[in-house]
Amino acid sequence: MEEDLPEAPIATTPSDVNHTASWRTFRPVIDLKLCTKCNVCWKFCPDDAIAFDGVGFPVIRLDYCKGCAICAEECKPKAITMVKED
Amino acid sequence: MTQLVISGNYAQSYAAKLARVHVVSAYPITPQTAIVEKIAEFVASGALPAEYIKVESEHSAMQACISASALGARTYTATSSQGLLLMHELLHWAAGARTPVVMGVVNRAVAPPWSIWTDHGDTMSQRDTGWIQFYGESNQEVLDTTLMAFRLAEHPEVRLPAMVTEDAFYLSHTVEPVDIPGQDQVDAFLPPRERSSTLEVGKAMRLGSFTGPEHYMEFRHKIAKAMVRTRDVFLEIEDDYARITGRNHGGLLPTYKTDDADTVLVTMGTATTTARGVVDAMRADGHKVGLAKLRTFRPFPVQELRDLATRVDRIGVLDRSFTFGAAGAAFTEVAGALYAAPHHPQLRGFVAGLGGRDITAAMVREALLDLLTRDGPESSWVELKSRTEAS
Amino acid sequence: MARLTIPAQELMRSGHSACPGCGATLVMRYLLKGLGERTIVTVPACCWTVIATPFPTTALDVPMLDCAFEATGASISGLRAAADQLGLKDVTIVGFAGDGGTADIGLQALSGMLERRTDGIYLMYDNEAYMNTGVQRSGATPEGAWTTTTPVDEFSRGKLEPKKDIMAIIAAHNPPYAATVNVAFPEDFVKKVEKAKAIHGPRFFHALAPCPPGWRYSSEKTIEVARLATDTNVFPLYEIVDGVYHITRKLGVAKPVREYLQTQGRFSHLDDAEVAKIQAQVDARWKRLLALEGLA
Repeated sequence: MEEDLPEAPIATTPSDVNHTASWRTFRPVIDLKLCTKCNVCWKFCPDDAIAFDGVGFPVIRLDYCKGCAICAEECKPKAITMVKED
Repeated sequence: MTQLVISGNYAQSYAAKLARVHVVSAYPITPQTAIVEKIAEFVASGALPAEYIKVESEHSAMQACISASALGARTYTATSSQGLLLMHELLHWAAGARTPVVMGVVNRAVAPPWSIWTDHGDTMSQRDTGWIQFYGESNQEVLDTTLMAFRLAEHPEVRLPAMVTEDAFYLSHTVEPVDIPGQDQVDAFLPPRERSSTLEVGKAMRLGSFTGPEHYMEFRHKIAKAMVRTRDVFLEIEDDYARITGRNHGGLLPTYKTDDADTVLVTMGTATTTARGVVDAMRADGHKVGLAKLRTFRPFPVQELRDLATRVDRIGVLDRSFTFGAAGAAFTEVAGALYAAPHHPQLRGFVAGLGGRDITAAMVREALLDLLTRDGPESSWVELKSRTEAS
Repeated sequence: MARLTIPAQELMRSGHSACPGCGATLVMRYLLKGLGERTIVTVPACCWTVIATPFPTTALDVPMLDCAFEATGASISGLRAAADQLGLKDVTIVGFAGDGGTADIGLQALSGMLERRTDGIYLMYDNEAYMNTGVQRSGATPEGAWTTTTPVDEFSRGKLEPKKDIMAIIAAHNPPYAATVNVAFPEDFVKKVEKAKAIHGPRFFHALAPCPPGWRYSSEKTIEVARLATDTNVFPLYEIVDGVYHITRKLGVAKPVREYLQTQGRFSHLDDAEVAKIQAQVDARWKRLLALEGLA
């Protein structure tokens, strides 16, 4: 509705209301036994899709992960595997 | 209040200073230069504590004004002819982003062939950009209208950019006595700009954005509605200005001796002054002629023209530009405005004064006499130097 | 948890519209980590026009102002002037534009901004072609690369002309600070941004932003491709501080350029002679850079 729009085209809703999970064909799965908590996966994620749990292990935010697999590629101990989505 | 004998260009400069603009961004072009030279002096001396961005093009001049305005600054620029055409993309941008930039334009013909003389082709070709357009007749009107343009552009019901034009040399380089309102008077009339629809530091907000077909039309319709509201807002603002300064230039379509007129000539800019003298002379000869001045082209004074049309039999429109493939822009727009009116006067267009050719009293008289006595041609070029009659 | 090597604060949100593996997105993320929240970003037509998401959402937690394609430099100047006039002197103004918007259509406004000493930052994220419109060559496309307007077929071999040296153009304006940054080296990237933030005057970043669809490689390789660009000397990391060059990453021996080229489909047609030519150009540019550094 026109009445609901601001007078000028100003966007103010943070983009994380948009979920991009459906873009994904493969999802990263982290083997915590191999993870060294080096944060490389977090550092190189273009989608801000990696958070940390209470003890510092990375957690994939699957609502936003697009499955680019940079994290798996850059993970030195190879703790991340890309698994095909159903 | 003081009176100074100044050019139309300086009238623009003084108006920008009195408006306490924050940011001026401009690029030189003949015959606009004196406007920005004077502002540069004001800024350099500290008389105007603004930022003057010396840009490398008119395109950048307008972008810098838009960006400064997006953050809440009061901004001003000035240009002419080719410079205005280079800005074209950003004129749309200023309206679309709802940034109330105010601009002085010295109307100058467009090349080629190069011409530095007056012509309305430069601003006429910007009429679809969403800018409010005022055409000035005198240096006093230019100063007063520029001050009003700031308040109008920034008005919460409007929030659109506005240009105030003056004919090259006839106003830009001709001095006239101009009453300069006191700073206290202007401050009372024009408060600091309200910061609405502007960027705020630390907040997630994107001004401009992009939309799919689901929103674009609605944003455009908002501009359309704002332009409609501009008419009434301007009339209020001009009343207010008159209360403070004692001067009222007569709204969107000031008229002269039209009450009992059967024939009216519609003019723009300085040709109006010439035509006013012709009306007086022809009235002395018993002709019931009058004058209406298109002071605004955007918004177009449709309501005022329809009111006028109910009282007269013949309307001539004097255009200082031409829309190739059609006719003079003012003529076609007057025709469009009157089509839905109950009364249809005989309507004719006269194209005159392109590229700085004088619009003389004799020329205006000839056109009015022709209008009084003939029903056609619908559109004609006045005093074209040709072996055959022009039409 | 291990110490983070770059700031934790995220001023770029998830849910943006970038392609998977987008280098330009990491450029924005690192830039804002370095600049912090007292920042205003102005963006012309480029991939980020789309990445930032359509109305009514926005991917940045700082204000973003869209500007005309060719006018980023002027937009920075306008925002700076307004910020100073409105008592926002502590705010950092940054223009964020692609290589086409910078090295081609926006070069004039950029030059103007540098010449008039606007106190602001200009970052060119370089994905080496008009990617948002579908991979057309720009002045920043490297020699030999395939794009949709420099096809590779029996008659043509990709782009014939060398890449425009934007840093040399910037250096000719003598800004107080200019640097190259690369998404494969986020610590170096953020450190340079933090350094630039403390400097006044016009500052410039040339950021390498690998593009999986445009460069024709698989999305997980973005960091590897970017790292190889620097480690083969194709994209050296350096700063120019008040005219003094300083190379910030030097390997004893650079890797062969072939290792970089072969990661990307856009170079897959190149034969040995063409690769050798590119290697020679890279070597010459590196030698010149070392000489410039030696002037200090």
